[in-house]
Amino acid sequence: MDREVLLAIYVLLLAVFLGAELIGKVPPTLHTPLMSGTNAIHGIVLLGAMIILGQADTWWLKAMGFLAVVLGAANVFGGFVVTDRMLEMFKKRPGAGQK
Amino acid sequence: MIDNWRDALVDGAYIVTAIFFILGLRYLGNPATARKGNQLAALGMGIAIVATLFSSELEEGGSINWTNIGLIIVAIAIGGLISSVMARKVQMTAMPQMVAIFNGMGGATAALVSVAEFMHKDGIGRGEVTSIVLGAIIGSISLTGSIIAFLKLQEMISGRPITFPSQKMVNAGLGIAIAVMGVLIVWIQDGSTAKLLMWIMFAAALALGASIVLPIGGADMPVVIAILNSLTGIAAALTGLVLSNMAMVIAGALVGASGGYLTLLMAKAMNRSVPSIIFGAFGGGPEGVAGAAGSQEQRPYKETSPDDVAISLAYAQNVIVVPGYGLAVAQAQHAVRELADILEDRGVNVKYAIHPVAGRMPGHMNVLLAEANVPYDQLYDMDDINDEFSNTDVVLVIGANDVTNPAAKNDPSSPIYGMPILNVEDAKQIYVLKRSMKSGFAGIDNDLFYDPKTSMVFGDAKGVVAAMVSAVKQV
Repeated sequence: MDREVLLAIYVLLLAVFLGAELIGKVPPTLHTPLMSGTNAIHGIVLLGAMIILGQADTWWLKAMGFLAVVLGAANVFGGFVVTDRMLEMFKKRPGAGQK
Repeated sequence: MIDNWRDALVDGAYIVTAIFFILGLRYLGNPATARKGNQLAALGMGIAIVATLFSSELEEGGSINWTNIGLIIVAIAIGGLISSVMARKVQMTAMPQMVAIFNGMGGATAALVSVAEFMHKDGIGRGEVTSIVLGAIIGSISLTGSIIAFLKLQEMISGRPITFPSQKMVNAGLGIAIAVMGVLIVWIQDGSTAKLLMWIMFAAALALGASIVLPIGGADMPVVIAILNSLTGIAAALTGLVLSNMAMVIAGALVGASGGYLTLLMAKAMNRSVPSIIFGAFGGGPEGVAGAAGSQEQRPYKETSPDDVAISLAYAQNVIVVPGYGLAVAQAQHAVRELADILEDRGVNVKYAIHPVAGRMPGHMNVLLAEANVPYDQLYDMDDINDEFSNTDVVLVIGANDVTNPAAKNDPSSPIYGMPILNVEDAKQIYVLKRSMKSGFAGIDNDLFYDPKTSMVFGDAKGVVAAMVSAVKQV
């Protein structure tokens, strides 16, 4: 195992603690947007799909990569849009009567 | 390799992305800044995507393959467009399904990337092979698990636990087979045998994901969705390890940890352990359901009309509304808000009591009521409101069931014994709005319905509440 992977594992562990720490104080009101927001963030795996498709040199790798990029992009865009729609509605005082 | 400045820029962009994700998550923790947090995270993601387009990682054999770059852009446009439209159009009540399906897509991506990476490279180190194997397994489980969760939430398949003979044996067998194949793949490292094993393991992990979620009942879906979300995060981080992509490692780990933490919170709110939720097939065995149905018919309960409820609401001082999944199904959130508004105009004090696992995902009720413009400071968490029920004149339970069942406190033989519930039975008068006397998702009979203080109002929640609104207006 080379140093780079080892370094990445350190980063991973630190991020795990940070993630738990960040969520610890979130009120239940925000649990759904939080879940849907983090759901969008794990769409980061799209970057991996882009790399696979970028390097693809056979038709079946291209097909797998293409499918992966479509699904990854769907995860990212859909996730952020849906979260934004939810959070748009959270208001402190009764607002105007629109949707 | 030659133009290092390029990779330095890409890595710099990834650092910015990581900072935006962390700040975004932090802002997401406060209602006042949450929207900005999400937008910040989206911006970070945009930076990472653009940066990756210019990364030397996209090169194949030392030169850029422009066809592939074109394909990437087309694929992003297709996926992004379809899901943005879906996300815009989806009803707020269908939010849990939407999150489940996006989560499944993320899992699918992680699994595909892992398998593809293994197939097209030779001589990968053991550490990387291990990450690939784990990423493929976890991503696949998350994919099929999310699909089953989606189908259950969409009610395309029954929300009740679906079991088949010796299911646990099948799951255990699949799990062991996957573990053995995984270890073998890491052992052999590459070559055609390892590749064949990878395909078989991939298929087995897909099957396992579906067969784990099938027996889990609808009432446990908040926990299941939180777990699946966490799994996809972990799969993304593992994939990042394989590709030495720090943005993926950090983002995946953040999501994996936060999802895991949320899972524990949910499980605690139900007073159950995570393993018992995953492996329990809760409250759903055929006997459980039959037993509940049998005892139900003999017990007497009172029924009343929306008009009578309206009168007692109009003359009450303190009213608490307890919303549940039935409110979501009936799309009754706007009608409920209207009712609360006219009651408040009459000087009635209206509060909402939100159980942590009401609905089908954590915080589901909060989102629905926010959609109907209910200010979030009118919503009370269970711990904050439970002492107030005894001073409450009227409680209106709308489509909630298990979270109000006193059996959780009084009946050690009940499957939900020990689960913290809302103390609805302490109120002076209780009205329960339900479609029928049928037991809920969990298939457990609710003692509250037979309480002398309780009256049932049957019908579609939206119609019933609308009838109450017009009745209150005439009082």
